[in-house]
Amino acid sequence: MIAEAGLACLWLAAALSLLQLLAGGFSLAGRGEQLASIIRPVAIMQGILVAIAFVMLIWLFLRTDLSVKLVAMNSHSAKPFLYKFAGTWGNHEGSMLLWVTIMGLSGSCIALLEKRLRSDTMIATLAAQAFVSIGFYAFLLFSSNPFERLPSPVPEGQGLNPLLQDPGLAFHPPTLYIGYVGLSVAFSFAVGALITRNVGPVFARAMRPWVLGAWIFLTLGITAGSYWAYYELGWGGWWFWDPVENASLMPWLAATALLHSVSVLATRGALRTWTIMLAVVAFSMSMVGTFLVRSGILTSVHAFAVDPERGSFILALLAIYIGGALALFAIRAATIREGTRFSFFSREGALVLNNVLLTAILGIVLIGTLYPLLTEAMGTKVSVGPPYFNPVGAAFALPMLVVMAAGPLLRWRGDSGRKLINMMALPVLAAAVTLLVVVLFGGRIGILPLLGLILATGLAIASIIPLWGRNLLRTPLNIWGMVIAHLGIAVALFGMASESAFNQEVLVASQPGESHEVGPYTLTFNAIEPVAGPNWTALEANITARVTGSDSSDTLNPQSRNFSSPPTQTSEAALLTRWNGQLYVVLGEENADGRWQLRLWWKPFVTFIWYGGLLIGLGGLLALIGRTVRDIRRRAHDMQDEENEQDQQAGEAAA
Amino acid sequence: MAVKAKHQRLTLILLALAALIGAALLAAYALRDQASYFYAPSDIEAKGVEAGRAIRLGGMVRRGSIAQAADGVTVNFIVEDGKASVPVTYRGITPDLFVEGSGVVAEGRMDAGGTFVADNLLAKHDENYMPRELEDMNLDEIKQQAETTVTQ
Repeated sequence: MIAEAGLACLWLAAALSLLQLLAGGFSLAGRGEQLASIIRPVAIMQGILVAIAFVMLIWLFLRTDLSVKLVAMNSHSAKPFLYKFAGTWGNHEGSMLLWVTIMGLSGSCIALLEKRLRSDTMIATLAAQAFVSIGFYAFLLFSSNPFERLPSPVPEGQGLNPLLQDPGLAFHPPTLYIGYVGLSVAFSFAVGALITRNVGPVFARAMRPWVLGAWIFLTLGITAGSYWAYYELGWGGWWFWDPVENASLMPWLAATALLHSVSVLATRGALRTWTIMLAVVAFSMSMVGTFLVRSGILTSVHAFAVDPERGSFILALLAIYIGGALALFAIRAATIREGTRFSFFSREGALVLNNVLLTAILGIVLIGTLYPLLTEAMGTKVSVGPPYFNPVGAAFALPMLVVMAAGPLLRWRGDSGRKLINMMALPVLAAAVTLLVVVLFGGRIGILPLLGLILATGLAIASIIPLWGRNLLRTPLNIWGMVIAHLGIAVALFGMASESAFNQEVLVASQPGESHEVGPYTLTFNAIEPVAGPNWTALEANITARVTGSDSSDTLNPQSRNFSSPPTQTSEAALLTRWNGQLYVVLGEENADGRWQLRLWWKPFVTFIWYGGLLIGLGGLLALIGRTVRDIRRRAHDMQDEENEQDQQAGEAAA
Repeated sequence: MAVKAKHQRLTLILLALAALIGAALLAAYALRDQASYFYAPSDIEAKGVEAGRAIRLGGMVRRGSIAQAADGVTVNFIVEDGKASVPVTYRGITPDLFVEGSGVVAEGRMDAGGTFVADNLLAKHDENYMPRELEDMNLDEIKQQAETTVTQ
């Protein structure tokens, strides 16, 4: 019954999204005032129904209902509770249901919360949101039905891929998806504004919190995913330039550019066309990512099942939505009013430069990600990895970081070069000191890590200068947000550069009782013991870690785990986290002579990568809170302005 | 500073285009050099690969070929595809499902002596996961076998 109820809710939600689209379309065409009034409640109801369907699927997984095909294929009655719950989206159908649930709830949120948008733009936005939803409902219902029953229940399920059996599964996919799919709001806003010819500062101020919200989740989702891959895979790496990672990075790059260009539009009325374009591109990148990951053209732990029909379905959806939005853009771009002109040597000038550089990086990642797929279609198999992405990306990322350090120090409208030089003196000095210290004491390190360390220190100092001379208690939250997010980039960059510059690795075959040195630590391999978990057994190494020459010690227990369903061996790294780095220990196999393989790393400041990611997210959150609070306070005042703007625009449209 | 808005828009578009074209050219140039190509042992035998160039080698681990060096962390083995074979050496912890008679993709480069030095081994993660290149290869083999059966 639960499965049927879930499926019914899904069909109803799909029907409501069709109603939402039609009601929106007719009311915009000027037929039916009443239709306009149902669109908000319909959008809210649609979100509620799809959320109920999603809860039904979670319920089926929690009960391990083995008459449902999806549960039987991907779950197991002996699985711990957390993985029964999170396993709901650890498969193709479940993760697509999560996708449309967030899509539907985003529509509900617009309908419930958005108060500033002009009413016709609002209707067009909700219609656009419904239009995108319909395609993905169809995809779910016709090619990926999560509620399909088996002809007869099976005695036991097949279990969840052990690599996914980690608390990360409960956090990373939902967070990433909220960010990914949350960008659909920006897309729908852009389409709505194009249809109703309403691109201007008021529109930008309405769109900004939505972009910010999606961007925060995307940032946190990527950060969580990177850390999960780092400790789960046991390879000691935190970013592999894997296509599925790029699939999340590309929307982030576009959303970051959008976040900044929407600020220029909100504050200065410039970059109108560009902002709309970025909003379309950002969600297009989310859909391209969904295509790459969910179509089965890539094989990875993220892509669950290979089915060519699904690939063509998503590709068709991509063509319709991205093609449609671009066509609308092409038709309407000429009608977007010229933005206010501005001086290039100003805050907005720096933001434009940063936008261009971010877009270039996006292009580089996109080309590198799609290139292997294109050549494979022509019969040549290639893979594109760090030797391409690192130097080519850095060619644009390094200048971008310089502009990022200087930009916040410039005033809007225009500024003097002399003032900027004065303000940049301290960051440049810090960078020079870093260069000196690294060259004197750092040993031989690569050029990219060296530049990374220098830029990270310079940027860290530069990013807090905007607080200089301010009363910290009265500084607006959005300024704090910018400072903390930019500082987060510097912190993350420092971690990345430090990890690649100073990483130390030791690979040994070790007998119990032997000691090995890595970085500042001496590790003693004591013994191997068998241990058991809820649905696995493991061999666990007992290793004592001691800072060389000191007395206090810690114990590390890397494991080699055997899961019974499905039968799989995984290795669980053991980590020792200190403020200045992480010790990372992996247990390998036993050799014929009784020695055990151990792989030991000392990674100085590697944790800064993820602390940085958290700071970036926190900065976004502060900015969002600051903007929202201000927004609520000024709403009465703003409504007056909005009316004026509307009159003005109506006047223009008439003219 | 007093640029007309229209001119400024044009300047911006040109700037963006220049950056994107620059990025694309740089990307194209780097891809020619840095994309690592996938080879089966018979490709290496037929075409040859210059030593030191990053490539991926895929095939089956020959039965009985895995040998561990005295340091306990280096393995030597032979990858074959039915027509040719290449000796491989790898220093590191082998993936969990790296076994004889099973598929493997190795990332690395050929050395001057004709041995493939692997930096990284990709084997199956679980029974559903397989490096994509191998998946195709098995399909090809199955196809070939099917064809031979038909012609017989």
